[in-house]
Amino acid sequence: MEVVNARGLSYQALNETVRSLLDNGHRELVLKGVNGQRYIGAGVQGQGRLEIFGVPGNNLAALMDGLEIEVFGNVQDGVGNTMNDGTVIIHGHATDIAGYSMRGGRIFIRGNVGYRVGIHMKAFRNKNPLIVIGGKAGDFFGEYMAGGTLVLLGLDLQPGEAIVGNFVATGMHGGEIFIRGQVDPYRLGKEVKAIKPTAADQQRLQDIVGDFARYFDLEAEKILARPFIKLIPYNKRPYGTMYAY
Amino acid sequence: MPTLSLMPPEFSVLRDENKCIKCLACARQCGFDAQKYDAEDDRLYTIDANCVNCQRCVSICPVGALTIYKNPPPMRPNAYWSEGHLRNIIKQAETGGVLLTGMGNDQPFPSYFDRLLLNASQVTNPSIDPLREPMELRTYLGSRTEPVTLQEGQDEKTRTPLVPLETPIMFSAMSYGSISHEAFESLARAAKEFGTMFNTGEGGLPEDLYQYADHAVVQVASGRFGVHTGYLNAGRIIEIKIGQGAKPGIGGHLPGEKINAAVSATRMIPEGTDALSPAPHHDIYSIEDLKQLVFTLKEATRYQKPVSVKVSAVHNVAAIASGIARAGADIITVDGFRGGTGAAPTMIRDHVGIPIELAIAAVDQRLREEGIRNQVSLVAAGGFRSSADVVKAIALGADAVYIGTAALIALGCHLCQKCYTGKCSWGIATQDPYKTRRLNPEIGAERLYNLLRGWSHEIKEMLGGMGINSIESLRGNRLHLRGVGLNEVELKLLGVKHAGEAI
Repeated sequence: MEVVNARGLSYQALNETVRSLLDNGHRELVLKGVNGQRYIGAGVQGQGRLEIFGVPGNNLAALMDGLEIEVFGNVQDGVGNTMNDGTVIIHGHATDIAGYSMRGGRIFIRGNVGYRVGIHMKAFRNKNPLIVIGGKAGDFFGEYMAGGTLVLLGLDLQPGEAIVGNFVATGMHGGEIFIRGQVDPYRLGKEVKAIKPTAADQQRLQDIVGDFARYFDLEAEKILARPFIKLIPYNKRPYGTMYAY
Repeated sequence: MPTLSLMPPEFSVLRDENKCIKCLACARQCGFDAQKYDAEDDRLYTIDANCVNCQRCVSICPVGALTIYKNPPPMRPNAYWSEGHLRNIIKQAETGGVLLTGMGNDQPFPSYFDRLLLNASQVTNPSIDPLREPMELRTYLGSRTEPVTLQEGQDEKTRTPLVPLETPIMFSAMSYGSISHEAFESLARAAKEFGTMFNTGEGGLPEDLYQYADHAVVQVASGRFGVHTGYLNAGRIIEIKIGQGAKPGIGGHLPGEKINAAVSATRMIPEGTDALSPAPHHDIYSIEDLKQLVFTLKEATRYQKPVSVKVSAVHNVAAIASGIARAGADIITVDGFRGGTGAAPTMIRDHVGIPIELAIAAVDQRLREEGIRNQVSLVAAGGFRSSADVVKAIALGADAVYIGTAALIALGCHLCQKCYTGKCSWGIATQDPYKTRRLNPEIGAERLYNLLRGWSHEIKEMLGGMGINSIESLRGNRLHLRGVGLNEVELKLLGVKHAGEAI
């Protein structure tokens, strides 16, 4: 295990250090004192594990293709932007557009997330991206979603606090969203409907929540005790009738 | 159509029965079901309402028996209520939809290219004959170094490599999906053979065409279709597409029926689903955010790929371009309001944006004034019809240009503007294998190569006439331009004198 002290390093120097260590066969890196450096893990392919202490900057794991990153702190905007494969585990909050256009891999966030999380996520062949959020989500959750899975757990909500903002899944035309508890219908985009998860969905949720609970040392049974709703799009061509041909 | 349409046919197809040999080629090749054969009566007939005047049947008829006529307007002539307005209103009354169209703005707005004239040498300095003397068209795209100073610690910026072009003409972004694999491959092959670049558009790069990736500008648009590290590292230049001249400010909807197995594999999305490109990149709401995506891409490719940012020519384009340069882009691509498209709402295509000539002049001027012109190359796109347009654009300040419509015309396009239907009879804007095989990529590449060869030679002739032996010496050299019939504001914006004024 190689320890990198990120304090005072520019993002360019830090990322170059990380990449050359990975290139030279180091498989486990610990980054200490990370303080807003952007693009950590961006475009990195192959196997390896990064532990990050501090707050990584925007676009953590963007275009990433295979690494496992565990962050002991919060992350900023765009974590997993256009990510192709790999795992990101965040022991804190994430802000806007987490998982933008993510095509594969998994992101687990213990806390809350900001706006437009999971926007334009897609699935392709054997790739089925997954984001699990422990807390609550902001507006436009799952906007334009074209594939993959979003799971919103709403743990630690205050009484009367909404689990998700407005305009949930507007423009959604693929994939599925699971939300623990209920969502006021007025918050949903007009392209989606809420249904009851099937038995197969329940089985998947058990696996997903099981992983989530293991990463964050929680009890899966307690989380699963509360029923989920499932959001799916009415069709995969939301704007098919908009034009005069 | 459930009810009788009030729309009279726009075209009439006339078949000379004396010439027709009933080979049925017209009926087989018409992509729009306008040419029909009734086997029972052994009779060819036409459905005029379906004809889009794409000229496919006329071109392939072996005996020249077919002619297509434009019908008179559907009402008495009216200078205000044009035929186009009437047809649009009728179509919308019958469908309730947003009007769609293809290719570039076809409205009679003024063309500044047609009001600019070039200079030539007479007596006081010799003109050069490119047939016998060296003439340099090679152009390098990318960020140049800062001027050398005596201060220490200058120019520590990590630079991406420059990209050479053998001629300052590249093929515009046209995605696989909007055009056929055959058309896409023709562009890729021609770009490689000539030593210039083609642009993948936002639909990814088909796996079998990675052999041409060294001549590819690989695009990253808001939908991020087909974008992964392999794709980014394969291309020579990465382009962030913010806008397109034909549809500034709006996103795209590639309809599900065009997403067949091969298109789905390249875009990396499921078959049959709409490919929706959001109007903005939702990770870019500011110049600071743009900088972030520029450097995400540079980090992901280890600073080995120059990054271009493509925007539409809009009112504030000079300030936007300045922001793009400051955001760390190496190339700024500006697409004018004549730029083509596979599909755009008609109102947007015809009424949004500004002419590319004014945009080039404004951007080049602004970047020079701010002392950052060396940091970026300026590529212009949107309606280049001839080598003279290219020379004028470079004299106004562009480093290179993109041609899209001209390239498609070289491949057979007849500008019927029906790309959005996916029915293209010429095998260009369609995914129907029966039609796409009409376009042989080898022949297509040769036609494109010929076009570049012809234009490049013409550019050399024009340069030689001016007494210039390198395209570099023409760049931003507005003294070689004169305006005709332009008012003072226009002359000032273009930075040119009026014809008749001396230096």
